[in-house]
Amino acid sequence: MRRGNVLSLQMISARKIAWVLALLSMTLAGCAGAPSPLAPVSSNARLISSLTWVVFGIATIVFVVVEGMLIYSTIRFSRKTSDGLPKQVGGNTRLEIAWTLAPAIVLAVVFVISMQTLRTIAFQPSTSPDAGDPSQALHVRVIGHQWWWELDYPDLHIVAADEMHVPTGTVVNVDVESVDVIHSYWVPQLGGKIDAIPGHVNRTWFQATQAGTYYGQCAEFCGVEHANMRLQVIVETPEQFQTWVKGQQAAVPAMTGDAATGEQVFLNGPCVGCHTIDGTKAQGKVGPNLTHFASRSVFAGAVLDNTPQNVAQWLADPQKVKPGNLMPNLHLPQNQIDELVAFLESLK
Amino acid sequence: MATTAETLPLPRRYDTGILKWLTTVNHKNIGILYIVTASVFFLVGGIEAMLIRLQLGTPNNTLLSPEAYNQIFTMHGTTMIFLFAMPILVGLGNYVVPLMIGARDMAFPRLNAFSYWLFLWGGLLMYSSFLLGGAPDAGWFAYAPLTGAQFSPSHGMDFWALGIILTGLGSTVGAINFIVTILNMRAPGMTFFKMPLFVWQILVTMFLILFAFPSLTVDTILLFLGRVFGAPFYVASQGGDPLLWQHLFWFFGHPEVYILILPAFGIISEVLPVFSRKPIFGYGAIAFSGIAIGFLGFTVWAHHMFAVGLNPIADAVFSADSMIIAVPTSIKIFNWIATLWGGKLNVKAPLLFAVGFIAMFIIGGLSGVSLAVVPIDFQVEDTYYVVAHLHYVLFGGTVFAIFAGIYYWFPKITGRLLSDKLGKWHFWIMFLGFNLTFFPMHILGLLGMPRRIYTYPSGLGWDTWNLIETVGAFIITASILIFLWNLYVSLRSGETAGNDPWDGQTLEWTTASPPPEYNFAAIPTVSSRRPFWDQKHSGTSQEKPVVPNSVTREETDTAIYMPGGSFYPLIIATGLLLASFGLIYTLWLAVGLGVVVVFAGIAGWVREPR
Repeated sequence: MRRGNVLSLQMISARKIAWVLALLSMTLAGCAGAPSPLAPVSSNARLISSLTWVVFGIATIVFVVVEGMLIYSTIRFSRKTSDGLPKQVGGNTRLEIAWTLAPAIVLAVVFVISMQTLRTIAFQPSTSPDAGDPSQALHVRVIGHQWWWELDYPDLHIVAADEMHVPTGTVVNVDVESVDVIHSYWVPQLGGKIDAIPGHVNRTWFQATQAGTYYGQCAEFCGVEHANMRLQVIVETPEQFQTWVKGQQAAVPAMTGDAATGEQVFLNGPCVGCHTIDGTKAQGKVGPNLTHFASRSVFAGAVLDNTPQNVAQWLADPQKVKPGNLMPNLHLPQNQIDELVAFLESLK
Repeated sequence: MATTAETLPLPRRYDTGILKWLTTVNHKNIGILYIVTASVFFLVGGIEAMLIRLQLGTPNNTLLSPEAYNQIFTMHGTTMIFLFAMPILVGLGNYVVPLMIGARDMAFPRLNAFSYWLFLWGGLLMYSSFLLGGAPDAGWFAYAPLTGAQFSPSHGMDFWALGIILTGLGSTVGAINFIVTILNMRAPGMTFFKMPLFVWQILVTMFLILFAFPSLTVDTILLFLGRVFGAPFYVASQGGDPLLWQHLFWFFGHPEVYILILPAFGIISEVLPVFSRKPIFGYGAIAFSGIAIGFLGFTVWAHHMFAVGLNPIADAVFSADSMIIAVPTSIKIFNWIATLWGGKLNVKAPLLFAVGFIAMFIIGGLSGVSLAVVPIDFQVEDTYYVVAHLHYVLFGGTVFAIFAGIYYWFPKITGRLLSDKLGKWHFWIMFLGFNLTFFPMHILGLLGMPRRIYTYPSGLGWDTWNLIETVGAFIITASILIFLWNLYVSLRSGETAGNDPWDGQTLEWTTASPPPEYNFAAIPTVSSRRPFWDQKHSGTSQEKPVVPNSVTREETDTAIYMPGGSFYPLIIATGLLLASFGLIYTLWLAVGLGVVVVFAGIAGWVREPR
């Protein structure tokens, strides 16, 4: 009798679980475009996503059983009137042992499967079987600044900002660092987050499996504009990536017209105090390196699309666009703004 | 001692008006002060929560500036943890624990008042920063180096640091007071395993406070030394390490979670048996699992730090410990369900809130286990998934339990019952609003929405969920308004409670409602876990009544000695407040003056007739 009850309860719960999971996955899948850890595009993110579903499945079973017991006992034993006392039962050793062991066993299972995943994602593979050239893991330093990400490819001599380019299939070794406060590097579809801590170099890695543009965001509160410290990751084919690398390694072209005037405004103005343009006297290290600014589709912490209008608005008053950011309002006259925009948008 | 109570010089008393409240050392008055003050802070923290939800209701919203938003979310967390949840639980404990153990007061009545004034001044000190140039804005967790003078140049973090130190000092002193009271002042016959479970959970909680708060206090003092004197404890470029802050903070911070939930477990363990008309199921298991949680609570702190780059072995150890804690917690939940099972449930508001607590805490516990899974944590840490988890534990858990306790003990404290009908409306509307507000946060976390962001772009699939949450927050507000209305109506014209409105089991229900200053005219003798229940329901009169509760003070043959009022707790606390303001503005004269007041207060305190 008792066994029968338990069994039927499990059958009910199995059906309910299937419903809940189906509903939940529909909900999550319905949000196309969300930077969801459950829409993985790297080997590690996929492992974590699968583990998440397994753990949710177990949790759903526990949820249905325990909440079911709670609701059942509450409804079943409710009394409108006080008609004498119930049996005064104060304990049962067998039951106590059973409901100590049951959660312990479930948790042991969860722990073991989670450790298997942790072992895979925690240690970088020395080579990558899927990569075009297995010896060529890509090394990127991702450096947190208030409130933008600097991207340094030391082996390729490229320094960029806001937009990270990586090829599919290649193992990308990421060193995460910070120059000011604690930030956290996180691109949900590519893998878990890891903090950028002053004085520490944290390492993580991923191997992207699918080309596309992915959303990343600083995940540790880092001050006024924490909300607007984003990162755009462009995963592309190895050929496209090589094209990008060549473009980034090219020297700044000679400027003509408004762009040439803008270059002079830039090099003779306060801009050089904070920004670097390779091959010029602009060697400031506070703000993003602008050498190939026009090649990026976003700027200002990957918050704004890189269009001439947006750049002009930004130059007119950065504080109005992203209040609290570290670039002051330079009170530039309109003609200088136009010339600077022409110059910046020529930095392909 | 040869002297008797009558021959001691009688202390001064202030029985009326504001002086009564400024000088009171009676545990019930102090309990009421704690509960009322904490409730006001709850409303303030709630208004902050509403501002947060209004700002996040739509994408790219500009209702709040980023500076204002960051101050508000920082103060929301700080307020709800340090100025609402802890003090209201301490307040309930203050009121109820001496009554439950058959004592006339706490062991150190003046120290008890001192704890309260430190809490009040600490809270007001933090809130004064809103008027004095900006509130703290680096989160309740205050991660270095963002909190250092370089990145937080305003005085906000100074107010935060000293407010935390003041309230923390009050909590530590209070913990000692509770421990001594519970260990030494139980009624004759009340052995450890005859203590009510609420008293058990409070005892464990107080040990947690005693051992956890020093870590926070040290951490905060190092922060303050860094801000004022440039001490480089957390500055990497000068040989310090920002992670030192995090280790010390979470060594306090995780036990703090249990400090907020164990008393709630205690309330549930009192309410369920009374409203099931049964004994608690598995008394020993609930008491021992509370102790186990207390110990294990100190071994899991780094699960807040999986993303800082610990090595995988450390990750594994802290993950395992965090999962092990789920075992004693599950034991409690099963025992509570078994208490309901086979009972004759008297479905009143306290029981609804208690069952609601269990239902919501199960969800918080399950999401907690998923967060202990390191790879999942790598993804959802610092997202709205964690916000959902912590609110299921601290709102669905602690706040629901606090309301269960308020509906349960309100008649004892005031002599009047809260309206049960309004109480049920309050419960169901809050239950609905709570789930509408916080359940979608799980989904938002899984859709990649980070915490602590003042704005977000549209088009990421986050908009609808955020709007639903904001609607839910308004529903919670409506439920709180119903509760306030209930308070108002019931205080004015609520049903008279009598000594024992719920057919209670423990000693507090044997005395008048509200109890006289001295609680019990004659100290009861205890011979079971449910002394009052057994007296009422044993059916025979072979035992003499546990409590001769009809006796009044005048009829007792021995004088009842109660401590008088004292200004000194308030004076010393105020001296510390003055010194704190002096430290914030580095006005050494004010610091010196504060220290003088403190020592003058101590001198008066020790010379005061007791």
